[in-house]
Amino acid sequence: MKAIVCVKQVPDTSGKVSVNENGTLDRASMATITNPDDLNAVEAALKLKDETGCEVVVVSMGPPPAEGMLRELLARGCDKAVLVSGREFGGSDTYATSQILAAAVKKVGVGPEDIVFCGRQAIDGDTAQVGPQIAEKLGLPQVTYVADIQKEGNTLTVKRMLEDGFMKIKVQTPCLLTCIKELNEPRYMSVGGIWDCYQKPYEVYDYEALKNDPLIDTDTIGLQGSPTNVYKSFTPPQKGAGTMMEGADKAACEKLVGILHDKQVI
Amino acid sequence: MAFDSKDTAAFKGVWVFCEQREGVIMSTSYQLLSEGRKLADDLGVELCGVVLGKGVNEQFLKSLGGYGADRVYYAEHDLLETYTTDAYTKVLCDLIEDKKPEIFLIGATNIGRDLGPRCAARLHTGLTADCTHLDVDVEKYKDFLRKSSTIDVDNTKFEENKNLKMTRPAFGGHLMATIICPRFRPQMSTVRPGVMQTQAFDEAGAAKTVVEKVAVALAASDLKTEVLSVEKTAKQMVDLIGADVIVSVGRGISKDPEAGIKLAEELASVLGGVVGASRAVVDADWIDASHQVGQTGKTVHPRLYVALGISGAIQHLAGMQDSECIVAVNKSETAPIFQAATYGICGDLFKVVPQLIEAIKALKA
Repeated sequence: MKAIVCVKQVPDTSGKVSVNENGTLDRASMATITNPDDLNAVEAALKLKDETGCEVVVVSMGPPPAEGMLRELLARGCDKAVLVSGREFGGSDTYATSQILAAAVKKVGVGPEDIVFCGRQAIDGDTAQVGPQIAEKLGLPQVTYVADIQKEGNTLTVKRMLEDGFMKIKVQTPCLLTCIKELNEPRYMSVGGIWDCYQKPYEVYDYEALKNDPLIDTDTIGLQGSPTNVYKSFTPPQKGAGTMMEGADKAACEKLVGILHDKQVI
Repeated sequence: MAFDSKDTAAFKGVWVFCEQREGVIMSTSYQLLSEGRKLADDLGVELCGVVLGKGVNEQFLKSLGGYGADRVYYAEHDLLETYTTDAYTKVLCDLIEDKKPEIFLIGATNIGRDLGPRCAARLHTGLTADCTHLDVDVEKYKDFLRKSSTIDVDNTKFEENKNLKMTRPAFGGHLMATIICPRFRPQMSTVRPGVMQTQAFDEAGAAKTVVEKVAVALAASDLKTEVLSVEKTAKQMVDLIGADVIVSVGRGISKDPEAGIKLAEELASVLGGVVGASRAVVDADWIDASHQVGQTGKTVHPRLYVALGISGAIQHLAGMQDSECIVAVNKSETAPIFQAATYGICGDLFKVVPQLIEAIKALKA
């Protein structure tokens, strides 16, 4: 039995974000982190390992420096890491990304008892599309927005969040789950884990490694194979500053309330 | 003939997935139909609403015409009563492969964001997530850019075609991107609930809408998941999107989160509004995620938005900057929120808010 976790290294959009003159993101100036929802996916897999002793394989597509993130995840307790990396994969949209990741997950191997975990969405794109698209490409059932998992043999009972409640869903392995923050509290790296993380198996899948998979075709991967393209990107204009009240005392508050009343806002 | 998503010329018409839960059409569907109507008019094609369910009231189906649908496709089956990825994906993809719409819009609800990508992957076409603006007409798109971007529109080249231009925030709202899907059909997009405006209900439109029941090929064996129950959370859900007045709290309440939220509730109560929050407040578990305003939360445009102790990260601004009047209270004079605010008070919210509440009470007395 195996848990395969798909993770992404993302720019930390909660910190300082700088945009180049031409409207693209100045990535060099930004810190990178493991996508937050993906950490919940990793934790779900590690919990499964605690309970069943299963193997946890973490898979990421990205440039070679993403190795650092994968080593950290090995230090948290994952057993094996795969970096999917190649020039041919660059510029992929969510469709093309899911083709490539699905081929990589297939190469890792999805057995009848296995579970593929993803984060719900990545904070750089916020699309939530790659998980379901990998599931479709692998022909696996999916449950998204997962907030709780109960496992009995090969049957999972999963809590799937809705805006105003939740569904309880029964699904058999093999399947794909996308995880949200409410699912668990990700653990930290352990000292022993940090010690071990450079000894654990680490593999790179490049184009050569995956090219025999029918999912991998120059028509379906990379910038060329992506159905969607960026037509224009732009920054929203700064609005002109409004009126600052003088002071913050009782008089200022009364004045503001008076203005809002006069303008029929309140 | 086999379905080929690359044969773009074979596709025609604008479709909206009209999500129902427990037999009731979600309000997002009306927003999408209103927007879809404009696109269909610009293209000179039909607008169709698609409903999957069981025992959905005929009146509900006809009402979709009141928001612009020329035609409603209704797929009825026992297995479509409650949403499952497998059943809905199969029935929708079968229908799309048969009728070939050029544009397919889905509300970006928790269900739409499960369904959309699965369908797009099966159909081999592109999908753009969480769109906030849609255009087919280049001139209208240019007008949009003039208002909403720093692009020098008149000195920029635009490809003249009727491809769907799908605009969405990217990188936590720090950038806007317009995405196209030129080589495949349908052009699919999930659209953020609350962004598109619902047009007034048109009786005549509802009367002339054609409701067409479509054949459903579905067996229990097509479903790999089983829904054991659907449960509503007991706690009161806050209706941010429909609210007239929103009082939101940010990191500024951190020295006493409980008291900060209580103040916001009091202020909201005297203004007849509801309480919202920034991502930081939700991430710190001070308030439930249903209160979150912003790129990853809800998009709102109330008559009055009061931002208390919110610095104004673009991620937050993306969700509230179209509010009619914005009042900001923040300790830091340089907080970006003051750039977006109509009125600002630079001060400690714990001191300012009680004074505001007093003043409003005095006014209403």
